[in-house]
Amino acid sequence: MSATVARSSTARRAPSGIGARAARAVNNGLIVARRNILTLTRVPTVLIFELVQPIMFVLLFRFIYANNIANLPNGFPYVLFLMPGIFIQNAIFGATTTAIGLAEDMKEGIIDRFRSLPMARSAVLVGRTTFDLAKNMILVAIVLVIGYVVGFRFSNGFINALWMLVLVMAVGFTFSWICACVGLSLKKVEAVQAATFTMIFPIVFVSSAFVPVVGMSPFLQVIARNNPITHWCNLARYLAVGPGAIVDPVTHLPVNSFHSLVFLSVIWIVGLLVIFVPLATRLYRRLT
Amino acid sequence: MAGGSIIRTEALERRFGTVEALKGIDLEVEAGSVRGLLGPNGAGKTTCVRILTTLLLPTGGRGEVDGLDVVKDAEELRYRIGLAGQSAAVDENLTGLENLEMVGRLYGLSKSEARARSGEILERFQLSDAGDRQAKTYSGGMRRRLDVASSLVGRPDILFLDEPTTGLDPRSRVDVWAFVRELQADGTTILLTTQYLEEADQLADRITVVDVGKIIAEGTSDQLKDQIGGEVLELTVDDTAQTWAAAEALQGIGTGAPNVDVDDGRIRIPVGNEGAEALRESDRRLDEQKIKLSGFAVHRPTLDDVFMALTGHAAEDGSEPEPEEKQKRGRRGRKEKA
Repeated sequence: MSATVARSSTARRAPSGIGARAARAVNNGLIVARRNILTLTRVPTVLIFELVQPIMFVLLFRFIYANNIANLPNGFPYVLFLMPGIFIQNAIFGATTTAIGLAEDMKEGIIDRFRSLPMARSAVLVGRTTFDLAKNMILVAIVLVIGYVVGFRFSNGFINALWMLVLVMAVGFTFSWICACVGLSLKKVEAVQAATFTMIFPIVFVSSAFVPVVGMSPFLQVIARNNPITHWCNLARYLAVGPGAIVDPVTHLPVNSFHSLVFLSVIWIVGLLVIFVPLATRLYRRLT
Repeated sequence: MAGGSIIRTEALERRFGTVEALKGIDLEVEAGSVRGLLGPNGAGKTTCVRILTTLLLPTGGRGEVDGLDVVKDAEELRYRIGLAGQSAAVDENLTGLENLEMVGRLYGLSKSEARARSGEILERFQLSDAGDRQAKTYSGGMRRRLDVASSLVGRPDILFLDEPTTGLDPRSRVDVWAFVRELQADGTTILLTTQYLEEADQLADRITVVDVGKIIAEGTSDQLKDQIGGEVLELTVDDTAQTWAAAEALQGIGTGAPNVDVDDGRIRIPVGNEGAEALRESDRRLDEQKIKLSGFAVHRPTLDDVFMALTGHAAEDGSEPEPEEKQKRGRRGRKEKA
């Protein structure tokens, strides 16, 4: 084994030690994210349609729903209620590209190339979700501009507005990992596309994203009140426009205190990440 | 590790649900040699390569490459191997240079090192002029060259080429062959899978023939051909209804069992070095039976003949380009039914 080992000794070895491994993981994740950015710029039509979609949602809801629902039962302007929900909805819809992107890379054999390379096992998923997070920021920025055009205004201070954006990003990032699991499990692009939308439509609609939960049928109300998307939308509203948007129309009291909203929102995000990040990583390692 | 074996497997198995893709593969590949893994679609070639390159976990047995266990030492192993062909791809939206640089960076090279190494490899694979073009604008042959180029960025000691020439035009195929020889001259050990006997013949020091997840023969190309028996006589019966009658009449001619294709009226008989003699005798007997031929030929054995001789069944779809890598479950499914 002499000749070959001599050649190997010139090759690099896997880093040992937690610090070196973490540094490699971050570095590799960024390399993959950069590759995703390059890919996106080479197929601009994909980006254009992804940007058009949120604009379409804002306009549809603003001019169909908001023209019918001028104000909430407590007199709160509907457009201020709607827009934070639209931010959350866009972050979640935007995250589906994680699933579709992974399925496409599997189909093309690019994931196999990555898996044969001596890179951090987390890098493909971290790179993908980080890239989708960055892309989600652009989407949210666009929705924000459109929102301002159609009458939305932040009215609970600059810091709270920033926290709302952080919340929206965190929700999108969390869903990216859920979608990564869907993509890695189903593998086929068409199946992944159908599955993510079938999963995401009902859970977004059966929440307070677009309309107050109180108007739903009793059965749906039970689901909607316990849907994390309801908590996230309500927290986003609280941060964006103050407590007026989340008061109970009957009692005129906030449906949740600010602290309980923060608590519920954070618990759900952390809980879902704790489940889906390791699950996605495991699915990736065990791909066939 | 005994002797000079750089790749070694013991009773390597892989099941997908109820399908046994590999049923116990014992492989030993000498360092610095080129080994051909020859077999039809669904034989288990790709599964074997995927296990050895750490893409797939075995469900039984063990594999060792360069003294490293393919499961336990997978991470260390990835620094020493390269993979190209059906099992790995280039990113078509990136340029040739961007593809190689990305791979180099993932091997831990610095930006400038990765760039220098990529330039050097592009040059070697005659892709320098195309380095700044997106890979999707490349011809099939260029793309395959870029694919192999990507697998060499990390200077692997052991290179796995999974059907490197499937789907390529003859010219590009010859190009691939040329750099396989070059790499071997550099001391790289190469394991290549192929459905083409000619390819294994041209490149491999030793050939391992696999079928339905098992090794059915191993040896040098000459050893295998001796086993098959030199040349093959191929007769085409004019009226396909008479095919069996013709096969009956030809009993005893040649060195092995005839391979009969009733649909095409084709009968193939291994005839060793007695091609002319066998043809005369066949012609005489068929004439006696008043069976007309529409064609005849004596040629070197093909993959089909290898399979006929070794397994008693024909190689499935031997000449058809391998379907997309991800359809291999489907292929196994068909195989199972067959």
